[in-house]
Amino acid sequence: MAMNLAQWGNALHSGEKTYPIVQQRKRWFLISGILMVAAIVLLLVKGLTLGIDFEGGTQFQVSNASDPDPAIATEVIENAVPDEVPEVSILGTNDVLVQIGVIEQEQSQEITAELADAYDVSADEVGFTQIGPTWGAEVGKKAVQGLIIFLILVAAVISIYFRAWRMAAAAIGALAHDLLFTVGIYALVGFEVTPATVIGFLTILGYSLYDTVVVFDKVKENTTHLTEQNRYTYEELANLAVNQTLVRSINTSVVALLPVSAILFIGSFLLGAGTLKDISLALFVGMAVGTYSSIFVATPLEVSLRMREPRIKEHTAMVLKLRETGDVDVAHKADGSVVVGALTPGRHLGTQAQPRRKKK
Amino acid sequence: MSTVKKSARKSLIWLGALTAVLYTVLAIGVGTGSTTWAPGLGLDLAGGRQLILTPEVDNGVEITQTDLDQAVEIMRNRVDASGVAEAEISTQYPNIVVSLPGNPDQATIDLVRQSAQLQFRAVLVEGSATPTATEPVASPSAEASPAEVVAPSASAAPSPSPSASQASLSLFQEATDEPAPSPSLISAPVPSVDASAVPTDTTVPVTEPVPGETDPSSFDWITPEISAEYAQLNCLDPVNISGRDLGEADYGHVACGSTTPAKYIMGPVEMTGTDLSGASSGPHYTTAGTLDGTYQVNMEFTAEGGAKFAEITGRIAQLEAPRNQFAIMLDGAVLSAPRVQQSITGGSAQITGNFTQEEAAQLANQLKFGALPLTFTVQSDEQISATLGAEQLQSGLIAGAIGLVLVVIYSLFQYRALGLVTIGSLIIAGLISFAVISLLSWGIGYRLSLAGVAGLIVAIGITADSFIVYFERVRDELREGRSLHSAIDHAWKRARRTILASDAVSLLAAVVLYTFAVGGVRGFAFTLGLTTLVDILVVFLFTHPILVLLGRTKFFGDGHPMSGFDPKQLGRDTMYKGRGRVASPSAKSVSGSTGADGSPLTLAERKAAAAKAAQPAPADSADDGASDATDPASASAEGEK
Repeated sequence: MAMNLAQWGNALHSGEKTYPIVQQRKRWFLISGILMVAAIVLLLVKGLTLGIDFEGGTQFQVSNASDPDPAIATEVIENAVPDEVPEVSILGTNDVLVQIGVIEQEQSQEITAELADAYDVSADEVGFTQIGPTWGAEVGKKAVQGLIIFLILVAAVISIYFRAWRMAAAAIGALAHDLLFTVGIYALVGFEVTPATVIGFLTILGYSLYDTVVVFDKVKENTTHLTEQNRYTYEELANLAVNQTLVRSINTSVVALLPVSAILFIGSFLLGAGTLKDISLALFVGMAVGTYSSIFVATPLEVSLRMREPRIKEHTAMVLKLRETGDVDVAHKADGSVVVGALTPGRHLGTQAQPRRKKK
Repeated sequence: MSTVKKSARKSLIWLGALTAVLYTVLAIGVGTGSTTWAPGLGLDLAGGRQLILTPEVDNGVEITQTDLDQAVEIMRNRVDASGVAEAEISTQYPNIVVSLPGNPDQATIDLVRQSAQLQFRAVLVEGSATPTATEPVASPSAEASPAEVVAPSASAAPSPSPSASQASLSLFQEATDEPAPSPSLISAPVPSVDASAVPTDTTVPVTEPVPGETDPSSFDWITPEISAEYAQLNCLDPVNISGRDLGEADYGHVACGSTTPAKYIMGPVEMTGTDLSGASSGPHYTTAGTLDGTYQVNMEFTAEGGAKFAEITGRIAQLEAPRNQFAIMLDGAVLSAPRVQQSITGGSAQITGNFTQEEAAQLANQLKFGALPLTFTVQSDEQISATLGAEQLQSGLIAGAIGLVLVVIYSLFQYRALGLVTIGSLIIAGLISFAVISLLSWGIGYRLSLAGVAGLIVAIGITADSFIVYFERVRDELREGRSLHSAIDHAWKRARRTILASDAVSLLAAVVLYTFAVGGVRGFAFTLGLTTLVDILVVFLFTHPILVLLGRTKFFGDGHPMSGFDPKQLGRDTMYKGRGRVASPSAKSVSGSTGADGSPLTLAERKAAAAKAAQPAPADSADDGASDATDPASASAEGEK
């Protein structure tokens, strides 16, 4: 595998093998567009399953219960607060999770003691979380506020770094794609959204951009001397960049997903719920989507935008014209497509290759 | 060449020194018993109670950070006084986060949730801070120190001339408020026996005080209970200075001075915070209009408050010391007990004394805070059982270990011996992060939360990516035919930019998250930002130097199959070793554009071939004649410019 991946990398680098990702961008835009619409429809129709942190409510968690029978908890709650209908679930092997609506602050203390009694554990083993009804709105507002400021700053940083606002626009477009896609998956599957999930979503922002910046950096490098050559168009060179960073993208995704999968696995199977699972689930989905978008969305989007720049438009027209007239030195593959690849440098051919002095 | 090697060594030494310093500082901390090796754990891992409170003002006034700090100060005093150890109270504007370890009872929670109250009471008796059992009731230092304090303020007293921009009258800060009393002053306060001392210890009031009827300055308020309480009160004990009960508003009360070592018996509450509309501090001007270097506190009253205040001052100005003072109490402790010389009308007043700028500002802030009708809304209340926290931490660590092992296996698989560099870098990054977190836990009380642990685990992937970007870059340069030395050199220049750019975005995300998020998100953002910085440090001071040094070894330099730089794998038979020493490469790359041996033709070869093919034609038509079928090209664009 290592051997294959490295050789595949060689082929991609030299241009021997090329995936016309940028050229087929209409296809990827269509796929992503459909997914985006589906995500929006899902969000509007089904909506997200919000945790108590956003809705307000009370949650009790009993650890290490010897007999984790949900009925016990239901009974305790019915006695203490008859108006509330408890939602009881079992986490892992012997933890009990009880969710009810907003209750008086003092009551939570009493219920804690009663639950400890009922499950025959010490009061220290029972935790609770009580969230006021306005708090969730506050948390959500803060997250949105942070998101907007982050986007503005990032757009500025990327524009300055790449000296092209269209790159920033494409990066943020890819970012929006990732977020919407991830949130759409949450709406579809019905995973609960907690503050930890929001942490995950926000991290996706950073990760998605990080990934995109790496690919864009290669695009920039490949196209630095764009107008000084007349072999390849901007589109082709950008596509080469995507191909050349493909191995890195795959390696990076695998390496980033490995620890996240570890948390997800431990979080879901050993703990059942909680911060770890919520964060890692959001990250897992988001990182996978992020890798997809940095390859299939970000660069194609960037190319579509930049093809509108007059300088690049002119250059593309010139290259294509030269190609038609055959006035340009490019290699072609068997199927007639132009080979776009890295430089194969010349090498020393020995003294035999040196010019000889003509004998007089 | 050797300078490169030298600078690489230097970087490694720097890194070693940095790590050594971090761990030495930590070891000193552990040795002196002021910290532990492991970082302090957040509430969600160690177990405990966390409350998030939002202060709310009824009249819609904006709450400032200063108010929030003041509220936290008061909560901290109360909680400390109640004996709950290691409580942490912090502000995240506009919220207050209270973390209490263990399983605190409702009484402790109520301590935090109660709002503070500002009370104005007339002083009846003032004495030294120690219990009167050992030291008989001493009256305030009204004689000794006042001589100094009164003098400057006496000159200021005539200031109520109409010309004064503020039509306010001066109050004179009681002498005991003089800053920095020497310890000797506390243990042996200047006792000047005063008429007021007489009724306190022995005399039992003849008549029972009647709320609302008895004169608030009457000694009748000193009931036997109050007298006994006063005698026993030790105001040198911090427990008594803060968070004491507010007393019954309609009856006499005993309290300690919060900044000065003194205790007071006071009459019923005559004014509260609602009567105060504002407070500020500023430099004190003498009558001559010059600055004397001291500061004063200005109080503004509401219309109703101003009337009440005029009534109080008019009454007590006539009385003997210390009954000519009124006590300003915040949260059960006397902030200040200024002396009144005349009736103060006009809705505002100044407290003067030997205030420094900070003291005046602090008092003004306390007054301002006391004037706010604050109530606290409990936004979130969480009790985490210690067992659950421990379980979560353990699982988090297991997940981290599994993640690390998987990353290690994958990088060994992908990069062979180079994977060891990744592992080394990750270990160094881990060591530095651990030390920094432990030190922060010691220095600024940072607590590692579960979200923080998640941030660390996620960082494994992001840190490893820096190495992947760099290694892939080196491979690209090798593919282009460079020697390993120059490949590392060129790759570093390019990869450095990419790593810095992407880390900058990561850091930006972390900073924004930290600034704008609440609760657990912050813990995550903190570790994410920290590890991003550590990542840059490690890549610059470890990964790159070590690669430079390794590039010089035979194993890597010659491209051993296990080194991760195997030229065969990278599509070249051998590497250029410098000084014209090369072997015949026979890489396969572009089909249809290769020479007889299957290798791509170089520009020179193509030109030669073109020239040969176009023999009859003029020589300069080399490029034009390069038909696609006969003259394949494989050179890339940017190399050709």
